Amino acid sequence: MSSFKIFDIAGSGMSAQSVRLNTVASNLANAESVSGDPNTAYRARHPVFEAVRASVAAGQKNDPGAAVRVSGIVESEKAPEARYEPGNPLANAEGYIYAPNVNVVEEMVDMISASRAYQNNVEVMNTSKELLLATLRLGQ
Amino acid sequence: MAFDLDSYLGVHAAALKLHERRTQLLATNLANADTPGYKAQDLDFRSALNAATAPAATAGQLTTTRSSTAAANSISLPGDGATGAGSTEAFLKYRTPLAPSLDGNTVDAQLEQSAFAENAVRYQATLSFLSSRFRSLMTAITGQ
Repeated sequence: MSSFKIFDIAGSGMSAQSVRLNTVASNLANAESVSGDPNTAYRARHPVFEAVRASVAAGQKNDPGAAVRVSGIVESEKAPEARYEPGNPLANAEGYIYAPNVNVVEEMVDMISASRAYQNNVEVMNTSKELLLATLRLGQ
Repeated sequence: MAFDLDSYLGVHAAALKLHERRTQLLATNLANADTPGYKAQDLDFRSALNAATAPAATAGQLTTTRSSTAAANSISLPGDGATGAGSTEAFLKYRTPLAPSLDGNTVDAQLEQSAFAENAVRYQATLSFLSSRFRSLMTAITGQ
């Protein structure tokens, strides 16, 4: 029954947005995880979303629905920020430590965007559920 | 004369199906609101409904005349799931974005939300039309 695909679609959206929220949480938690080596410094992670045509998976041509999935997590290519802190135990021979390339403001904005998108999907699911229940009660 | 439930329900049975399909499309758009390169789609409702109801009339005429059963068999009924879904495929249209984003995504969350709300109300309206038809039928059957 095709009506229940709406739940799959909205559910995939919620799952994708929660992965995004997870990466935001990871980035914010590690915003100050400094390192003595620029190569081992934490790098901001971001999910890459991808539309999955349900028709391709199920072999049906007529189905317009497309779920979303996280095709991968990419690490930011931005160079870690070097800070001169010779007193830090993690500092290298020149006295530099390397802070993660996490932009806290960007992460906060990303978090709000992800939570709004998540709420959208919850609303879609709630509304569809009510409509389906009303359909079940049809004629009573 | 045989009672035809499909023609009794009129346009509403087909409309309910199309509304449900549109709900699915709008849910897809909202789920892919942040997917790079995703193009938002919507249903050309008027044309889809016209197409869904037009063959029903022809099929009804053909079955009453019974001039050619082969032709009557080849015409798809609106209740036929496969052809009904296939006909909506032709009425899928891509949205023209007001403000396209750099990642190629054309979903406008506000627009989709309002379309979704409108579609939900229309779905409920169709449901209540159908429901009143069924109630009339029950009144006619029970005579109360």
